[in-house]
Amino acid sequence: MSDDKKEVIRLRDVCKHYPMGDSVVKALNHLEFKVFEGEFVAIMGPSGSGKSTAMNLVGSLDMPTFGTVYLDGKDISEFSESDLAQVRGQKIGFIFQSFNLIPNLTVKENVMLPMMFQGTSIEEREDKAEELLNLVELDERMEHYPGEISGGQMQRVAIARSLANDPEVLLADEPTGNLDTKTGAIIMEFLEKMNREGKTIIMVTHDPELAEKYADVVYWLRDGNLEKVTKRSGKRFIDITKKKTGTKKVQA
Amino acid sequence: MKTDYLILALKNLKHRGIRSWLTLLGIFIGITAVVSLIGLGAGLQAAVGAQFGISSTQVISVKAGGLSSFGPPGSGAVNKLTIDDADAIDGLSSVETAFPRILSSSKIEFNNIVELGMSMSTPGGKNRKLSYEILDLEVETGRMLKDGDVNKVVLGYNFWKDGNVFRRMIVPGKSVLVQDKKFIVVGTLKKTGSLVFDSMVLMNEEPLRDLMDYGDDVDVIGVKVRSEDVMDRAKEDIEKLMRKRRDVKIGKEDFEVSTPDSMMDTVNSVLGGVQAFIIIIASISILVGALGIVNTMTTSVLERRKEIGIMKAIGAKNSQIFMQFFFESGMLGLMGGIVGSIFGTLVSILGVIGINNFLGAELSPVIDFILIGGALTGSFIIGAVAGIVPAMNAAKQNPVEALRG
Repeated sequence: MSDDKKEVIRLRDVCKHYPMGDSVVKALNHLEFKVFEGEFVAIMGPSGSGKSTAMNLVGSLDMPTFGTVYLDGKDISEFSESDLAQVRGQKIGFIFQSFNLIPNLTVKENVMLPMMFQGTSIEEREDKAEELLNLVELDERMEHYPGEISGGQMQRVAIARSLANDPEVLLADEPTGNLDTKTGAIIMEFLEKMNREGKTIIMVTHDPELAEKYADVVYWLRDGNLEKVTKRSGKRFIDITKKKTGTKKVQA
Repeated sequence: MKTDYLILALKNLKHRGIRSWLTLLGIFIGITAVVSLIGLGAGLQAAVGAQFGISSTQVISVKAGGLSSFGPPGSGAVNKLTIDDADAIDGLSSVETAFPRILSSSKIEFNNIVELGMSMSTPGGKNRKLSYEILDLEVETGRMLKDGDVNKVVLGYNFWKDGNVFRRMIVPGKSVLVQDKKFIVVGTLKKTGSLVFDSMVLMNEEPLRDLMDYGDDVDVIGVKVRSEDVMDRAKEDIEKLMRKRRDVKIGKEDFEVSTPDSMMDTVNSVLGGVQAFIIIIASISILVGALGIVNTMTTSVLERRKEIGIMKAIGAKNSQIFMQFFFESGMLGLMGGIVGSIFGTLVSILGVIGINNFLGAELSPVIDFILIGGALTGSFIIGAVAGIVPAMNAAKQNPVEALRG
């Protein structure tokens, strides 16, 4: 991999186990994951593959049971809760499948919200929100409430919101999952554009076509295990999986 | 930053509409009670004072027995005061003048209707004018009594006004029967606001003494002191004198010497009891209101788990989530306080208007901004305190679980 590029997020031998009654659900086993600045990475897997768990760990919303998550080279388990929230707010922009806008705030206020948590002044927040809504071509809808706009528009608001604190990484969880193909394509174009402008994109999806159409690197998950890692090389994807014990174990 | 929380809080409360309003009902009722009660305080005092016939003139009254006896003041006592007592008090150096007064229930007949009223004597000579001033009595029609009026009476306002107990207006010149004896009405009194004085029959002392067969007995002795500065000394002098004359020890007095201040104290202690009761009710209401806020905020935290998750994902610290719910809860309290203050002020203004109409008083409604400011601050604090636990619950939500909703 390109060593001259900055490593943004890294998961080292990460496991996530959930207690369920007397037994333990191993949602994720020995995951090795690395994202470099400016990459478009997809985490691919069917439902139950552990991709949502992986996303929560990558987004530092959750802590691993074993292993270490590094954000900008720093172990997230060493951060205090409030520092982690700050770092999350500054470095990562979340885009969710179900948009997750706050219903009783206007479109503009939704975009302003992440900046409020960083203590940005209200004037600056308004200017930036207007600029971002302009970028996602929603400047006409600024004073509308989420319930008054379409799904595609809501996802564009979510993209604008994810960009509010100018994060290094956009973390998109099934960003087109609740949208029709055409609207989904528009959203993907936005993400691609952001990527071209230098943002690192991590996208979680169950759709291999979508993953291979947009991503440079695809992590294939199945049953909590990393099945393979593929990388774009010209028009094809080549398997770059590091062979390591435990990572290829497939459960029944 | 603080204004951001306020704006967010208001938006969320508005979004919840009717539920927000229902939640602040308890605080609203409590604050209404407190604000209206305190706003009405002065009016209530004046109203009750008028009923007790407490005068603004600095006069001491002496009566036998205590306030505990029923009927007209002094009339229920076994060991009555006498004319000699009045003369003795009149002789004290701190006293300018003292005059005896008798009060008696009596039968009044007019237009073939018999009513029970109260007859009160007026002293003659220099004390006549003073006796009117003490009770704030003024004529509405006709004239007051004068020395030498034997078969003459002046009637209280209730006998004169339209639709009175006798179903016919009594104007000066008409005659009425008091204890079956015929008296000519020479005047009627202006409204005093006191049920007793407005149903009073005034006559000179001698005719009333004869009519009621009173002998030398006296019900009340009115005392004017030399100056207001010696009020307390005069009170002590009179008490000392009366103890000696009636041969009773300190603490065993079978008479009472009261100044307007001491009477007002009695009224205030009664009013204080009523106010304490209302304040207890108001406190319970506010407590219930606070519990309502706890309940609403707890529900709200559960309902908005996903929202909390989203906010954490986009960078909200626990303390920021806490502040948002804390402010929201405080705003619930504050809104209850605002509505309660407005209603409370309206109630006190209406109350003052009512007292003015009923008593013919001229109180002006007072809007106490310090009181309202205190009520608003208090209600915000109550709301915020009620929101502490729910806000802590909100803050400590796990982001992953919260995002799942």
